[in-house]
Amino acid sequence: MFHWLEKNPFFFAVGVFLVISFAGLIEILPNFAEASRPVVGLKPYTVLELAGREVYKKDNCIACHSQLIRPFKAETDRYGQYSLSGEYAYDRPFLWGSKRTGPDLHRVGNYRTTDWHENHMWDPPSVVPGSIMPAYKHMFTNVADIETAYAEAVTVKNVFHTPYGDEFKGTRAAWEAHKPKVLADAKKIAADMKNKDVKEAVEAGKVPEIVALIAYLNRLK
Amino acid sequence: MQSNAALEYDYTVAKLFTYTTILFGFVGMLIGTLIASQLAFPELNYLFGEYGTFSRLRPLHTNIVIFGFTISGVFATFYYFGQRVLKVSMAESKFVMFIGKLHFALYVLLAVGMVISLFLGMSSSKEYAQMEWPLDILTVVVWVLWGVAMFGLIGMRREKALYISLWYYIACFLGVAMLYLFNNMEIPTYFATEGLGSIMHSVSMYSGTNDALVQWWWGHNAVAFVFTVPIVGMIYYFLPKESGQAIYSYKLSLLSFWGLMFVYLWAGSHHLLWSTVPDWMQTMGSVFSIVLILPSWGSAINMLLTMKGEWNQLTDNPLIKFMVLASTFYMLSTLEGPIQAIKSVNAIAHFTDWIPGHVHDGVLGWVSFMIMAGLFHMAPRMFKREIYSKKLMEAQFWLQTTAVVLYFTSMWIAGITQGMMWRAVDEYGNLMYSFIDTVTVLHPYYAIRALAGVLFLTGFVMFAYNMIKTMISSRELTEEPQFKSPMA
Repeated sequence: MFHWLEKNPFFFAVGVFLVISFAGLIEILPNFAEASRPVVGLKPYTVLELAGREVYKKDNCIACHSQLIRPFKAETDRYGQYSLSGEYAYDRPFLWGSKRTGPDLHRVGNYRTTDWHENHMWDPPSVVPGSIMPAYKHMFTNVADIETAYAEAVTVKNVFHTPYGDEFKGTRAAWEAHKPKVLADAKKIAADMKNKDVKEAVEAGKVPEIVALIAYLNRLK
Repeated sequence: MQSNAALEYDYTVAKLFTYTTILFGFVGMLIGTLIASQLAFPELNYLFGEYGTFSRLRPLHTNIVIFGFTISGVFATFYYFGQRVLKVSMAESKFVMFIGKLHFALYVLLAVGMVISLFLGMSSSKEYAQMEWPLDILTVVVWVLWGVAMFGLIGMRREKALYISLWYYIACFLGVAMLYLFNNMEIPTYFATEGLGSIMHSVSMYSGTNDALVQWWWGHNAVAFVFTVPIVGMIYYFLPKESGQAIYSYKLSLLSFWGLMFVYLWAGSHHLLWSTVPDWMQTMGSVFSIVLILPSWGSAINMLLTMKGEWNQLTDNPLIKFMVLASTFYMLSTLEGPIQAIKSVNAIAHFTDWIPGHVHDGVLGWVSFMIMAGLFHMAPRMFKREIYSKKLMEAQFWLQTTAVVLYFTSMWIAGITQGMMWRAVDEYGNLMYSFIDTVTVLHPYYAIRALAGVLFLTGFVMFAYNMIKTMISSRELTEEPQFKSPMA
């Protein structure tokens, strides 16, 4: 049979494809629906939090930080309750990471504050002596893309029925109507911050990346 | 053309991809060395402002060495030996030639797009699949063009039976196509709304645990179908060609090939041990990872036994040395991987530097060595000149071997140290170390790893120099060498 396959590229390719494809079917499909279910009470991310999540992705925080607390005493002592599948139901993409050069962040909102993050992102070693994390000062001046975050919220609502309110529609008018809400959320974060440029930007109706990022990190609980 | 006339193979496209292999190899390893140094010396994060932090550069390193260096090497070797094992020249078909050139042009366009978009931070944040949706579509086009060129050549072939190396390349083509398509299923938010926000942005079709499963089904098998499958294909071609020895066992080749195809895909879930994916999937991943030793070692042993009775070639041909060491590192790496996939070991190893350590004994010792050996073998035949310097090749070999050993030993120690410290408790059961303690302790190992990076990069520059000299100024050959590549 093998000799025959080697002379018939088409059937050879079909054979290879069959052999490589069914592991995925068996391992991914059976649990698919169950793994999509949220834990009770899980709220979707606000637009500001989604924008912060985009900052997290843009500066690729997963290169060094995980969001997955494993069920070991050493991990639950350090980071809190181990992670549950349903907590990630609205995470597109998942941000578990694969390397902890820095600590896990899945419940960082439980034990760090806006103030702590502001100082830490500006100059990590001044908060954690010996830290090798770079400073992310550009997040204090770069503006977060809240419109794209809103578009994402509307997309997941329409396609995956993520429970956002009826006011989330894909029109420009709906976005303009929702925008003040995002800016109000941003003001709440900025109120706990001391950086003058950030405060001014928020007053002027802009959302610096750091504000969105902190909103997202505070949400991780 | 008469069937007994010698064929004049056309290496135009193979040469083009050879250049990009060298270029991307250098750039990817340069960035790799930089980010390794940043972990030891954090001041290096500030060389290029927001674009130069470890976090922003790390996907550039991985994507350039995977999709730039390795995939270029796969394409270069394909356009070289594809013609030879099928006994057909690219020049015989204007269509295949055109597809080959178009394939190269779009590939370069894709690579440029990838580098720019990743520098700008446009990223889906899924590892080794960071590119946003327009580039994903271009990737599919590039990949399909390769398939058209490959099956175009196969359609014209004079040699009816496909050689083993081609089995692996066909599998690479199909496997990557399947995995890439499914993992990158995403919805562009711009088109799902009335044109709100960035046109580049998309959202994954899967969420949370499902996204993780699909991602690591891809992430792990990208390793399978980019770093393993075509590289095994390379050694099946280049080792017999360079040594003049026939493959030791056809049956072992069959077992290894079909075994690898069947087993590899199951092992993806070993990246998700102790996570929120169901326990039975995790155990499947562990079990199949162990089984994976069989087909992996099958190929490697087949290669080593091919050299049976001819070990003297190891002393007088550095190219044989590269290939034998490559298959030895393949054995090391494919034993180490299954060990890390055992759940109790993984509890310590996961999230630590042992993982990049494991990756790099594979990609430096196995993938890079094999690709460089392949290109060295091709150079005298493509450019009709002898290899510029044997001495330089010898020096490169030892420098890079030292680098690989330094890399993985330092990362083994770093990983296990960190894994043990994270879980250490004092006599009252309290955690003994704060997280930062487990970072500062790693400094010496990070410094050694950075040094290993510098050494490997230096070796790669020697390789590049040797290749360029071979292309332009080495002694010309009057006829094609039979087996051993001529070198000055």
